[in-house]
Amino acid sequence: MPVTHERAVDVGSKRTVFSRNGGDPGRVPALLVESLEFAYPDGHVALREVSLEIHQGEKVALVGPNGAGKSTLMLHLNGILSGEGEIEVAGLRVTEPNLPAIRAKVGLVFQNPDDQLFSPTVFEDVAFGPLHMGLSEDEVRDRVDWALAQVGMSDYADRLSHHLSAGEKKRISIATVLSMGPEILVLDEPSAGLDPRARRNLITLLSELPHTTLVSTHDMLMVRELLPRMVIMDEARIVADGRTKELMDDVALLEAHGLEHP
Amino acid sequence: MSIHVNAFDRFRAGESLIHRLDPRIKVVVTVLFIVSNVLLPDGAWLAFALAWGVILLTGVVADVGVGYTFKRSFVALPFALAAVTAIFAIPGRPLASVHLGPWDLVATDAGLIRFVSIVIRSWLSVQMAILLTATTQFPDLMHALRHLRMPRLLVAIVSFMYRYLFVLSDEAMRLLRAREARSARLTEGDGGGSILWRAKIAGNMAGQLFLRSYERSDRIYNAMLARGYTGQHLTLNPHEMRNCDWLIGALAVMLTVFLQVVGRL
Repeated sequence: MPVTHERAVDVGSKRTVFSRNGGDPGRVPALLVESLEFAYPDGHVALREVSLEIHQGEKVALVGPNGAGKSTLMLHLNGILSGEGEIEVAGLRVTEPNLPAIRAKVGLVFQNPDDQLFSPTVFEDVAFGPLHMGLSEDEVRDRVDWALAQVGMSDYADRLSHHLSAGEKKRISIATVLSMGPEILVLDEPSAGLDPRARRNLITLLSELPHTTLVSTHDMLMVRELLPRMVIMDEARIVADGRTKELMDDVALLEAHGLEHP
Repeated sequence: MSIHVNAFDRFRAGESLIHRLDPRIKVVVTVLFIVSNVLLPDGAWLAFALAWGVILLTGVVADVGVGYTFKRSFVALPFALAAVTAIFAIPGRPLASVHLGPWDLVATDAGLIRFVSIVIRSWLSVQMAILLTATTQFPDLMHALRHLRMPRLLVAIVSFMYRYLFVLSDEAMRLLRAREARSARLTEGDGGGSILWRAKIAGNMAGQLFLRSYERSDRIYNAMLARGYTGQHLTLNPHEMRNCDWLIGALAVMLTVFLQVVGRL
């Protein structure tokens, strides 16, 4: 039976159900969020009692209307924002002294590739993360080559970022975090603004990557195709968490949170 | 993708000797050449002509065309006009006088020579800088500056400027287009409100552009933090000095010395 949108208690129990079926309880979860609360300085509460457990290898969709708190949650995962509550990435707590290690573990790809790609050349952008991890020059080069190969953009190393198409920028953006060897990929609206072909290429790419993945999106077709688990956020809370197949069939639930059945 | 991506990019792709030189050598030689121009005495016409010859020759070797730097260089000329006061300020044989209200301005021969020399110097220097940017990819230029110990913060600012100039101009273009699209007129004649009103709209647009850039800078900073940025901008140096780089460097030093000697004969 699909989850209802009854708030925290229900969500908690469903999460357990899901972990039992979908995850391997013996391993450290890739991501663990425990009753996270956050309010912006202007008083606007963006996260209320958010709890979430993602197991290694899971591919999870984070959906919900604009302003639900999806992006705020993502910015917490690598400590750019910090609220009340606990977050662990692959067993490592997100705390001030752990931040450098955490940032290598969480590959956060921002929605707008023009924000993500801030270096003049593709090579420099993909090398940025590994360089700041303190790796040797050879290792950095190897990682850049590898990451670009992963996204099928090996020939683009010397290209200037502003000469790329939207789809190319998106793939390079993903390479910029792959090169850090992250435990979990966190993508903010990856398919927004892409034409159908670029979107198709992106979905193929994401399905081929073995990483644990959390994708915030409005693209319900992509969710159905790519992401077996779905987390719905609305008004700063997680209101449902379960199998995509089941949640998608609950039209009342989707409509209640401004989502469309694809 | 923006339609005017190449509007600012002065780089002309090529495989010439000049293109393949190490960017550090190119930067050093360009600065050396500019300093040499500044040091040439007033009225060193032969040395000026020789220096121009050097630029034209380099332009030919670099395969950007003989007149390329010449055509582009006029952009900078208006700035050299700031030196026009030199005509009247340097004592010498009077040539003509201009009455400007309460002032009597007397143009002198020495002043005129100083003025023309300043214009030529800046014009030559600008041409060399144009040649540098025409034969060096901008990122390489940034590497060069970084490895020549230019302060990291300055290099970071310049390279961000280069990266986001395009994004910013696209943003401005979209704002302008949105205004165009709603600048309708019902009848013949002047539409669009008063000058003051239009100025207000333009001011709002500039403000919008600033705010958007400001917000973008926040997002970029987050993206940098997310990838481990801690305040040090690190990059790899993809260049290595080869023998031919050292050779060209040495040649350039000798050439500038020669120009200086000629200029003082």
